[in-house]
Amino acid sequence: MFDITPQTLPSRQAASAVNMLCVQHDGYRRGKRQSAVDVQNGAKWVVLLEKVATEKDTDAFTEVFEHFAPRVKGFLMKSGADHALAEECAQDVMVTVWNKAAQFDPARASVATWIFTIARNRRIDMLRRDRRPEPEELTWGPEAEPDQLDVMTLQQESEQLISAIASLPEKQRVMIERAYFGDLTHSEIADETGLPLGTIKSRIRLALERLRHSLS
Amino acid sequence: MITHHLSEKLLMAYSAGTLPEAFNLAVATHLAMCDECRARLASYDAIGGAVLERVEDAAAPMPHEALAATLSRIKAQVPSERIGESGKARQEGWTLPEPLRSYVGGDVQDVKWRNVGGGVRQAVIPTSENATARLLYIPAGKAVPDHGHHGMELTLVLQGAFADDEDCFSRGDIEIADEGTEHQPIAQAGADCICLAVTDAPLKFRGLLPRLAQPFLGI
Repeated sequence: MFDITPQTLPSRQAASAVNMLCVQHDGYRRGKRQSAVDVQNGAKWVVLLEKVATEKDTDAFTEVFEHFAPRVKGFLMKSGADHALAEECAQDVMVTVWNKAAQFDPARASVATWIFTIARNRRIDMLRRDRRPEPEELTWGPEAEPDQLDVMTLQQESEQLISAIASLPEKQRVMIERAYFGDLTHSEIADETGLPLGTIKSRIRLALERLRHSLS
Repeated sequence: MITHHLSEKLLMAYSAGTLPEAFNLAVATHLAMCDECRARLASYDAIGGAVLERVEDAAAPMPHEALAATLSRIKAQVPSERIGESGKARQEGWTLPEPLRSYVGGDVQDVKWRNVGGGVRQAVIPTSENATARLLYIPAGKAVPDHGHHGMELTLVLQGAFADDEDCFSRGDIEIADEGTEHQPIAQAGADCICLAVTDAPLKFRGLLPRLAQPFLGI
């Protein structure tokens, strides 16, 4: 009846689920403090990445590239790479994004989070030549198709985490950012009071707890 | 059931990608067995996603030709590369989960053990230099030599169980010991105990003989 292969079925449905839920969500929650725009922003990248995965859509990839490639490059430069190396590695990361788009699971991560993990692994290769041991990827049994509500909740919580971090006092926010850029000195890490964890205030903790809840 | 989990500090450092390789190995192997810590890790990865999203794109613009260059690299790939690794189902029935199994080059029967006295055996797993990883084989009922710690040590149980004065650790449990922790873990009766132990400093054994032996054991 429909010409959809088993491999593409879950992701197609997830993408349309996001589209549908964004409209619903917008309608139900309009006027409340929770911003529907935020939710749509996260969902936008999910939809574009699904197009890359299922249709090899270069227009969709271009949009993803233009938003994320400079951020990946900036991230790598803050981690100690020079312009040329950061640029080359940012291209590597975007090639991986294209190749692995079908493995992206919108019920488990936002697109920004997923691209972060690729960039982080590339950085480990780039700066240290260490291997990066990873646990086996899990498949989710016969119910591999992401649940619509899970997708929407996860994307929404991820957006809220971004605004929670943005609202931190600058000193605390910078500490968290430096931790993820791999830019904390040994003494800063050893100093318990300087630990980024010590600076993760209640709002971030709350956002983390909700994320965990939606992931478990 | 796993009752001893990764600390927030370790999860965040693993997510940020700043741990030495040996510690990454222990964390990743625990994650392979622990869905709870996987979900906790995902929330730390989400912080990384938020940090990435906040990097200003104006700070490090890509040159105009970068997109075209990336697209032509994509088109030039041979098909096998484009498929990438598909998500593997979690394989059951192994004592050593991935990624540990790849480091060892097989399961427990493939480990090249060396006796270190008292029936205890070990096998050092090569990783980058700033920390050490090794497998320990402790016969049921035997004690791991009494030792304190200079730095941080993670001990992940893969088979059997061990207990110290306070706690019992069985398959999947990870013990996090740091400076000042002094204990004498004993392998529980029933099955011989196999652990992955990683440390960022040489262990200091308290008995004379182990101390003399230490330079030769590579620990």
